[in-house]
Amino acid sequence: MTDISAALRALSERLLEGGGHTSSAQRRAAFDGTGEPEHARALVSKISLHAHRVTDEDVQRALAAGLLEDQVFELAVCAAVGQASRQYDAARAALARACGEE
Amino acid sequence: MRLSILDHGHGLATKALFRVIRLASGHPVLDIIKLVKYRADFYGKPMGAVTQEAMRGPSAWSVADRELMAAFVANVNACSFCTAAHSSVARQALGESTKVAAALQDLETAPIEEPLRATLRMLKKLSTEHSVQPDDMRALLAAGVSRAQIEDALAVALAFNTIARLADAFRFEMPTSAAMDAGAKFLLSRGYG
Repeated sequence: MTDISAALRALSERLLEGGGHTSSAQRRAAFDGTGEPEHARALVSKISLHAHRVTDEDVQRALAAGLLEDQVFELAVCAAVGQASRQYDAARAALARACGEE
Repeated sequence: MRLSILDHGHGLATKALFRVIRLASGHPVLDIIKLVKYRADFYGKPMGAVTQEAMRGPSAWSVADRELMAAFVANVNACSFCTAAHSSVARQALGESTKVAAALQDLETAPIEEPLRATLRMLKKLSTEHSVQPDDMRALLAAGVSRAQIEDALAVALAFNTIARLADAFRFEMPTSAAMDAGAKFLLSRGYG
């Protein structure tokens, strides 16, 4: 079987602990789907829960509120990876329970 | 794309690479390539390692099966770019086009094996409801899908639940069919790393 565990851990560590144009705390908040600073919250939430509804105005609003493009880039990546990771973890936990590993 | 840095913010070496790609392929550089090459140490390179293992690592699922899963997850996420891209890869891997279109249009009647159908059903629930229950997994196991196959399918879903979100958030431009097919041919022969 495939084993993405090491690569996924490396990705998460890079996103959350490496350098960037946003702070680690801001990237962690985006990863967790909450969004920080406040003017990133709506965009992060939309990317997490229904990214196909993101509009030009959503991104423009975040930029107009003071975020740099690199900051939007980082927070969007963290939001997407974070939400997909939560779904992945939830499904693996359900699989473990189905296999009797309560 | 919605961020100009993803169109124009790359370093000189990457811009030179893009010129080579345009000349060699005869097509514009796909937006997914622009994304993964922008500050590649932040996202493109580490995500490429995840995607390569999920899509091309050792698995009881074939490459075609996993590309179909990718297209299916993208479609569930309403991501037109990723659905088209991985439908093309899956068609090329399968050597025919009816299965992919049928699975995306109506999973329950598509001419695919039952374990794959049951797996896609679970991935749809996961991608729309953001979670699944132990009973969903028990149903899959009862349908003859091994635990390892379920783990592998979840890895594919992780990759494309990520990529589809970014394609939509950044508004990837839909290329021509010819450009998409050329990109799909590259992915099939060279992978994601």
